[in-house]
Amino acid sequence: MSALIVKACGPATSIQDRGRFGYQRFGVSPAGAMDRFHLAAANLLVAAEPDAAALELGPGGVRVTAEGDITIALAGPACTLEVEGRQIAPFTAVRVTDGGTVVARPAPGAAYAYLGVEGGIAMASDMGSHSMHRRSGIGGGPLAAGARIPAHGGGATLYCLPELPGGETGPIRILPGPQDDHFSDEALAILTGAGYRLSGQADRMGVRLDGPTLPHRGGYNIVSDGIVDGSIQVPGDGRPIVLLRDRQTTGGYPKIATIISADIGRFAQIPPGEPVRFDVVTFEQAIEAAQRLQAMIEGLASALVPLAAPLTSERLLALNLIGGVTSATDARGV
Amino acid sequence: MTIETLPHPRLLRCGDAAISVEFGDAIDPAVNARVLALDAALAAEPQPGLLETVPTYRSLLIHLDPLRTDVPALSERILTLSERPAAAGGKLRRWRVPVVYGGDFGMDLDDLAARHGISGEALVARHAAATYVVAMIGFMPGFAYLSGLDPSLATPRRLEPRMKTPAQSVSIGGAQGAISTVEGPSGWHMIGRTPARGFMPGRDPVFTYAPGDEIRFERIASDEWAGLDALAASGAPVARCEAP
Repeated sequence: MSALIVKACGPATSIQDRGRFGYQRFGVSPAGAMDRFHLAAANLLVAAEPDAAALELGPGGVRVTAEGDITIALAGPACTLEVEGRQIAPFTAVRVTDGGTVVARPAPGAAYAYLGVEGGIAMASDMGSHSMHRRSGIGGGPLAAGARIPAHGGGATLYCLPELPGGETGPIRILPGPQDDHFSDEALAILTGAGYRLSGQADRMGVRLDGPTLPHRGGYNIVSDGIVDGSIQVPGDGRPIVLLRDRQTTGGYPKIATIISADIGRFAQIPPGEPVRFDVVTFEQAIEAAQRLQAMIEGLASALVPLAAPLTSERLLALNLIGGVTSATDARGV
Repeated sequence: MTIETLPHPRLLRCGDAAISVEFGDAIDPAVNARVLALDAALAAEPQPGLLETVPTYRSLLIHLDPLRTDVPALSERILTLSERPAAAGGKLRRWRVPVVYGGDFGMDLDDLAARHGISGEALVARHAAATYVVAMIGFMPGFAYLSGLDPSLATPRRLEPRMKTPAQSVSIGGAQGAISTVEGPSGWHMIGRTPARGFMPGRDPVFTYAPGDEIRFERIASDEWAGLDALAASGAPVARCEAP
């Protein structure tokens, strides 16, 4: 069975699939890929199911070597992939020959990228999922040099995704609640009107926002209740925290609003220090957005285009055609 | 955002993929019983699009697939099921949980007893006499919050939380009891420790206690610890499950 051997990796790199569901009542976070669209793209390029386990790369990315010949692909809003020292376009599958070195990371402008591994990662699941949850250790410990990531295989035919569907742009959409009534009347207007920036306190669990404080009405402690991906909770200092995939299952701060499910991935991809704007939408608009995202993910399979002259790392070494290729569209001519 | 403007239960929107059904805004066993009753009713009657539920002290969080859920129909069904009497649950489990109280196993026992003007023995007797209910599980995997603490033992949390407390600690925080599962920070008062694992990855079942379970503590001597701890570490059940 072919595999990737981790040589070096950043602390925010982990194995993620769709997530671990059914155990939140036992205090277990679902975890799962921060950006499901790009997880699906990376997986489809390497003949894996859209929700299969792949490497989620945070800042610092990963350096791996191939054990046996193996197909990989990188997907993300901005990312770089080098195989044997040569740049490969994202959204393009490449066959790495035994011993070949791969360096992959998100590029400026994005927080996460996904490295798909041929057929999906073939490791034992933990409570129904491969997703690593750092704080509890469920799904395995942090990735470190020496880790072996075996692949299911079956993806020797190489594809690219030259035409990606146009994703959403514009403000991150929110629905007020569940505790918007615990805030002063102007709080929601402050949240949507003012510019916030993502602070450096950002990880898979959540992101603290820099910007105007949100005034509570009365106290800021509530009896702990359930939390969802995208909950915007506001502790006593009035500074909002957006909770993401590794969030706790319950919490005791009021939650003024919730990012709609379709925009969690888009929000998660905003790097620390960058601005973010929020916009209130209706429940019906949130459902339409969820449908559009689902249609985009389902449309990826039919957007796959076979590569006429497959990229192999041997061929890369022989030909110097690929240097400088940075977009998926350019890769079509390869 | 309130979907229905009723006093209680209130249906609160948590984005497009969850609804919180809120039965009150305080820690109250009667409120928690309604939460657990609705949880049981939904488990007995699968709803299209419902993914999983998370019972907490005063509300039930319902995670949904927004693409497969008829929210108005589900909301109506939730309100109907919420009217059912809280005692409707039929699968009550009662656990006998062995505890070594005090000493290194419960470093706050003596201080806590002094604070309440009673002996350590009296505190243990009161703690072990009560019947608790797992009101919710949260904070850490398997961490069980218990209702049913003798009100005379209620104690505000420590001003300075400890950064590390042992796994399987039995503790008191405010009017709540708890059994922890893994080593972690806590501002609660540690009065004892159980060898029973409430959470053990790789064991079947991974979790011992579920929301709604009854818990009674059974005092054991410190020299029983090593044997029971080894047994529990091997994956054997150490907490006894009894029929109610």
